[in-house]
Amino acid sequence: MNTDASLPLEEIRARLAGARGREYWRCLDEIAATPAFEEFLHREYPAGASEWRDELSRRHFFQIMAASFALAGLGACTKQPLENIVPYVKQPPELTPGKPLYYATALTLGGFANGVIATSREGRPIKIEGNPDHPSSLGATSVFMQAAVLDLYDPDRAQSVLRAGQPSDWTTFVSAMNAAMQDQQTRRGAGVRILTGSVTSPTLRAQLAELLGKYPAAKWLQWEPLTRDNVREGARLAFGEVVETHYAFEDAAVVLALDSDFLSTHPAALRYARKFADRRRVKQPDGASMNRLYAIEPTPTLTGAMADHRLPVSSMEVENITRALAQRLGIPAGVGVTSHDDWLSPVARDLEAHAGAGVVIPGESQPPAVHALAHLINGKLGNFGRTITFTDSIEPAPANQLASLRELVADMQSGAVDLLIMLEGNPVFDAPADLNFADALAKVKTCVRLGFDDNETSRFCHWHIAAAHALESWSDARAFDGTVSLIQPLIEPLFDGKTTHEVIDALIRQPGRASYDIVREYWWGQGWPGFEKWWRAALDRGVVANSAAPPRAVTLAASAPPASPPPPSKTEIIFRADPTIWDGRFVNNAWLQELAKPITKLTWDNAALISPALAQREKLQNGDVVELKFRGRSLRAPVWIVPGQAERSVTLHVGYGRARTGRVGAGAGVNAFSLRTSDALCSGGGLEIVRTGETRELVSTQMHHSMEGRDIIRSGTLPAFMRDPNFTGKEKEPRPSREDTLYHPDEFKYDGYKWGLSIDLNVCIGCNACTIACQAENNIPVVGKHQVSAGRDMQWIRVDRYFRGGLDNPEMNHQPVPCMHCENAPCELVCPVGATVHDHEGLNVQVYNRCIGTRYCSNNCPYKVRRFNFLEFNAGLTAVQKMAKNPDVTVRSRGVMEKCTYCTQRINAARIPAEIAGRKIRDGEIVTACQAACPVEAIVFGDLNDPASRVAKLKEQPLDYWMLGELNTRPRTSYLAKLRNPNPELTV
Amino acid sequence: MSERPEPPYEVSPLGYPARLLAPGETYESVSDKIASIPLARHPPRAWYFGFLIGFSFFMLLLLGVTWLFMKGVGIWGINIPVAWGFAIVNFVWWIGIGHAGTFISAILLLLHQQWRTAINRFSEAMTLFAVACAGLFPLLHLGRPWVFWWILPYPDTMGLWPQFRSPLVWDVFAVSTYFTVSLLFWFLGLMPDLATVRDRATNVWQKKIYGVLALGWRGSAAHWHRQQTAYLMLAGLATPLVLSVHSVVSFDFAVAIVPGWHSTIFPPYFVAGAIYSGFAMVLNIVIPVRKLYGLERLITMRTLNNMANVMLVTGEIVAYGYLIEAFMAWYSGDVFEEYMMKNRAFGPYGFAFWALMLLNVVIPQVLWLRRVRTNLALLFLVALSINVGMWVERFVIVITSLNRDFTPSAWHLFIPTFWDWAILAGTIGMFFMLQFLFMRLLPMISISETRELVAEPEKAER
Amino acid sequence: MKTARALYGLAAEFTTHEQLLAAARSACAQGYKSMDAYAPFPVEGLPSALGRKRSLVPLVVLIGGIIGGSSGYFMQWYANVVSYPLNIGGRPLNSWPSFIPITFELTVLGAALFAFFGSMAMNKLPQPYHPIFHAPNFERASRRTTRSSTRWRLASFSKASVRAPSRRCRCENAARTFRIARARRRRVPSRYVQSAAL
Repeated sequence: MNTDASLPLEEIRARLAGARGREYWRCLDEIAATPAFEEFLHREYPAGASEWRDELSRRHFFQIMAASFALAGLGACTKQPLENIVPYVKQPPELTPGKPLYYATALTLGGFANGVIATSREGRPIKIEGNPDHPSSLGATSVFMQAAVLDLYDPDRAQSVLRAGQPSDWTTFVSAMNAAMQDQQTRRGAGVRILTGSVTSPTLRAQLAELLGKYPAAKWLQWEPLTRDNVREGARLAFGEVVETHYAFEDAAVVLALDSDFLSTHPAALRYARKFADRRRVKQPDGASMNRLYAIEPTPTLTGAMADHRLPVSSMEVENITRALAQRLGIPAGVGVTSHDDWLSPVARDLEAHAGAGVVIPGESQPPAVHALAHLINGKLGNFGRTITFTDSIEPAPANQLASLRELVADMQSGAVDLLIMLEGNPVFDAPADLNFADALAKVKTCVRLGFDDNETSRFCHWHIAAAHALESWSDARAFDGTVSLIQPLIEPLFDGKTTHEVIDALIRQPGRASYDIVREYWWGQGWPGFEKWWRAALDRGVVANSAAPPRAVTLAASAPPASPPPPSKTEIIFRADPTIWDGRFVNNAWLQELAKPITKLTWDNAALISPALAQREKLQNGDVVELKFRGRSLRAPVWIVPGQAERSVTLHVGYGRARTGRVGAGAGVNAFSLRTSDALCSGGGLEIVRTGETRELVSTQMHHSMEGRDIIRSGTLPAFMRDPNFTGKEKEPRPSREDTLYHPDEFKYDGYKWGLSIDLNVCIGCNACTIACQAENNIPVVGKHQVSAGRDMQWIRVDRYFRGGLDNPEMNHQPVPCMHCENAPCELVCPVGATVHDHEGLNVQVYNRCIGTRYCSNNCPYKVRRFNFLEFNAGLTAVQKMAKNPDVTVRSRGVMEKCTYCTQRINAARIPAEIAGRKIRDGEIVTACQAACPVEAIVFGDLNDPASRVAKLKEQPLDYWMLGELNTRPRTSYLAKLRNPNPELTV
Repeated sequence: MSERPEPPYEVSPLGYPARLLAPGETYESVSDKIASIPLARHPPRAWYFGFLIGFSFFMLLLLGVTWLFMKGVGIWGINIPVAWGFAIVNFVWWIGIGHAGTFISAILLLLHQQWRTAINRFSEAMTLFAVACAGLFPLLHLGRPWVFWWILPYPDTMGLWPQFRSPLVWDVFAVSTYFTVSLLFWFLGLMPDLATVRDRATNVWQKKIYGVLALGWRGSAAHWHRQQTAYLMLAGLATPLVLSVHSVVSFDFAVAIVPGWHSTIFPPYFVAGAIYSGFAMVLNIVIPVRKLYGLERLITMRTLNNMANVMLVTGEIVAYGYLIEAFMAWYSGDVFEEYMMKNRAFGPYGFAFWALMLLNVVIPQVLWLRRVRTNLALLFLVALSINVGMWVERFVIVITSLNRDFTPSAWHLFIPTFWDWAILAGTIGMFFMLQFLFMRLLPMISISETRELVAEPEKAER
Repeated sequence: MKTARALYGLAAEFTTHEQLLAAARSACAQGYKSMDAYAPFPVEGLPSALGRKRSLVPLVVLIGGIIGGSSGYFMQWYANVVSYPLNIGGRPLNSWPSFIPITFELTVLGAALFAFFGSMAMNKLPQPYHPIFHAPNFERASRRTTRSSTRWRLASFSKASVRAPSRRCRCENAARTFRIARARRRRVPSRYVQSAAL
């Protein structure tokens, strides 16, 4: 069958014959480097040659490889850590098999913490939920937090201490460091450089302080590829110092987003999304009110999709528009008029009308001037202290990261750097291209990297230390509001990974301490009264009480910053965080790779996003490969046409096109960082587009973007709703009555529980968290790019996105679609073996064991929510990956239909204790995975027979409607229609 | 094919080919002609040629099925939403072809259509083979074919039953019943001829084998009496059966709610389509075969002409079906139905729809011309176009309806893969392989009934 | 091998099926009971000429149909209502409209099976051996011979006829009459029978 596959297989077997224990890795790595293997990995299957469509052969191959990968880990994996960690909900004396344990901890992204509650089954962390007590999680999770579990069990993780690529061990490393630091003693550490990302961890801060105290000439530098320099510099411009700005959307009636995606990419996005959504929930027409969101942005984001009014303009124009707005509001800002005045004036009036109840929020990718102007505007409108508060910077040592990276490169070039310690990060890949970081790095005498994976930077490192996963480590971090969370491990490091604390400690003293001691001793040193109690409580709740940064006063600069040069008229390029793989650190995470990007619905790839107008002008089609020429560099990238993209803006999501990464991420996408220069970190004018005539297959999970005039997403405006509450909801046309049947209408009564789900489209921001949460909870396999392109993606709940209106600035609506659990289920009627039937509580259950795979049910499902195992999608699982599976959910095999079960395992988990206690299941006791993850609480599950239940109340609302209800399927999942709150001045 | 020119045929006052049997045929001549074929030591060279082609494609089928069982149905182009692909298209197509036989034997028998005599044995055999091909697909298309028998009602240790509301279960009963009845019907008619072959066999092995097959038939009046009654009975039973089978197959679609499937016109128009393609397939085989074996005097132009007429009629019914579908889509005012029709004609699979219109509706209209009906080459081509057309019709019904149904976000194209085509070609190979074996080993025209024609020539001219 | 074997019956041979019919009628009139006639294709009126009554096949078929149909519906009703009731898409347990197709198919199947096997049984087939095979040239029933094209035979297996000398059997214009030996199956190939004949 698969000759290319067999070749490396033979090789591997041959080489492994002699090898054992640690040796395995080396052999495999070597083999993994053979051209044959590379070629095999990156093979593009010829279209149509179907036997290549299935990746089984490839999976088999991985299975053999990774089974050996697993050996080392397995020994440790089910062992509990020696240190005392504290269960969150209940505290069993010891682990009861079959009973999950919940631990509060935190995950960080870009330095900022999000509190989570991790579920552990028999010692295996298998699921992440948000921590309700945590200020920036509020119980919700982002896609990245959900996918963290998969990273933990990634067989491609860095597995051990490597010295020049050869296995070594921790003690050798520590002594080597000791020697190196001895040399530095005399030079007061002048040759030592520490490169970290943004740091909020108090412990790490303290350690670094200690280190720098000991070696005053050493330098600590920070670099995040998606740096928030603009925010910091903007604050410096406006207030003369770096402060953190906090927005209280709960109090904001009018919001203006200046190229800001505060609903999904802001460090406090989860919190902001919740608070923003709370202002949009509409129950009854009387006294209904919604906030109003204006968005000015070059490329469609989730925030823009939520906006009541969206203005697509090039990233360069945003500053001008902001200035014009400031001008209107009486702030001399240099620019009087723009081409968008007719749009701007009503917005200005609206903001003035809601002075003190408005928010103008600038985006991280806008230059400092825009931030400063935004501050001035907010100040002018008197929003300070009301909707906007300030604190000291949450990062203990805020730095201009670009500057600090420049400094590092200069030092390295001059050969001044003897010892470079890199804590995580991948600068060789993501540093601005013009800095030539790699060349500089080659000049460093000793280069140490603590890394989670073997990436482009690792190649240059003399020492590579495997980093422990957050779920394996002790640490601490601050939320965006400053609240401290302690990070506690659920499991001992699978592959003797180390934490940043341990590495830094190894530089300071001999022998290094364990991170548990480091963290604990730091906090002990903070002199909290009743430390043990405090420690326990902190671990128990996952947050340190009252550790949030206190609000502080700021002094606003008198005048607006001077106008920067006008935007060049040529096409511009925009670099943005990828919605699913962020800055590339999640590139080897299969869940995130296969997750459709919110707006484009692309998977497994990034692309140059272009506007329909540009596509028309350049005669480009989706998938056409163009050469992007930017500041003397060029990159070949496929294009993807995105309605709502600013006409002259081309968006590239960073993080793809990795040269050195795991098997999942290999060969995916193009490297946007290779075009990104230090003078155009976020965007830059003067892009040239040259057609190449080539094409590349881009895979999207949604082919069709119009509703074809069908009543699938119902939407309307707030005024219309207040005029007639039934204008679009359930009363729009009468639901088919129960009697519309040949048969006895009430053949089956559901008088026990009657499960149902309600999805509020009005607040859904389309962030995909539900999809990933479902994937993690229900053991949903990843099928790979080629299967997705064949139309075989497996996610049980998908987020559909429909455009409405013109191509250039369409309305974008999201709709999560799980199984509807129809009472008159069309799927059940046609199954020849009764593999899908109704249970007495109205669940449409799928009996995997009985299914013979006729797929008739899927044909007859009008919502197309059923998923089929066309091939053995679970074949390739390594022993380590299997640890991520949820033991409560069957792993489906080939030839079986599957679909959303309303998380039936969670229903039963709640049912058992309830029945033991002889009571009914309480409302809210069952939370489906999608519901738990949803940042805006758009999804509510419960018992329809209990009139007091949240879901029953929601279904009472006039906005409630059935998708395709006219088919008389009587779905148990219903939607609340979407409302927008347009500005009357702009609608006319 | 041999080079013998088509013999001139007498024409009736209306100018149609007159005789069902060439003049001067006697009991012996017909018996000799027909029985000598299975008894011959060597078949004509063309036979080996045809058989080998069929056999090699049959091997391709085995290859495809092996790969299918190893990997799963994912080797095909199917997906969500197009969860049914070629497997179902082929299934319906073959079942349709399998309708001609029983229609000819049963219904034409009841209607005293003597011209069936020349072709009934032949088309009955064709029916069996076509149904055999069709029968493969419900198995192959399963995700887990190794548990196919869960569709059958049997005492299950878990006390489980098939879900009798599912048209797929109806299919199982309908198709298996149809196959059984066709087989019995076929054999009942074959028995006397087997006896004849037995009696004429000189080679002792042939004697033994055909003797066993004939079950000791000795043509006694009592035998003839009961056999004839049973034969009539079976004909009477097969008549509603043949109508029911394709109706049930059409329920697979009509019962579902998919726009383009959920339609009451389906049963009649499926049945008509079935007979349409069935007759086309019979013609596609008969025309070469009668040349190959020189049966022009037994299978006369009149028979061919009548078959052409049947195709013309059923063809018009099918065309009417298409028309009504389009009309109802418009008349219903249902947004999904309307879009379905638009998608059929102008969607991504529009080419298939127009090909269907050309092959199934436009081209067959030439059958109005007697010149075409009595021109072997043209008749053969028209029949071919109908066979292809009917396959395309099923493609349009299955694929085009599924690929864009209710929820636009889920719409996705179906692209057939190599294995889709391989298995289709494979079953065609299997069909012809079996057909060639039949022609080699069994009397392909009913000897006894032909004798009756000899005995009562006036019947033949009716 | 010339020894005559026990007599099984008498047979007469005719050149046309009209003669056969006439002979059959007269023999029947003379009271010959267990007779049979052999023809290469069904001859109209022959059964009645031999005094055969209406065939039982139709009745058998009716019974088969009733058994098939009723058991068909019963099976579905039992499975859905009694044995394993399930809520299928909210449809009632006994959704009779959905049960009609299978009931119909099983009716036809039952009837067809009874028709085929019923008729076979009544014909006592399969029956690889029968004494009539000993009749001269029986196996060449429809092959060209010197005298007439096809042989039409009337045979009587009644004791009476066996007792009576053959010339008393008044079969007008029979091409030839002869006796059929009751041979033991395995021995006596049919071609030796001729010598046993008159």
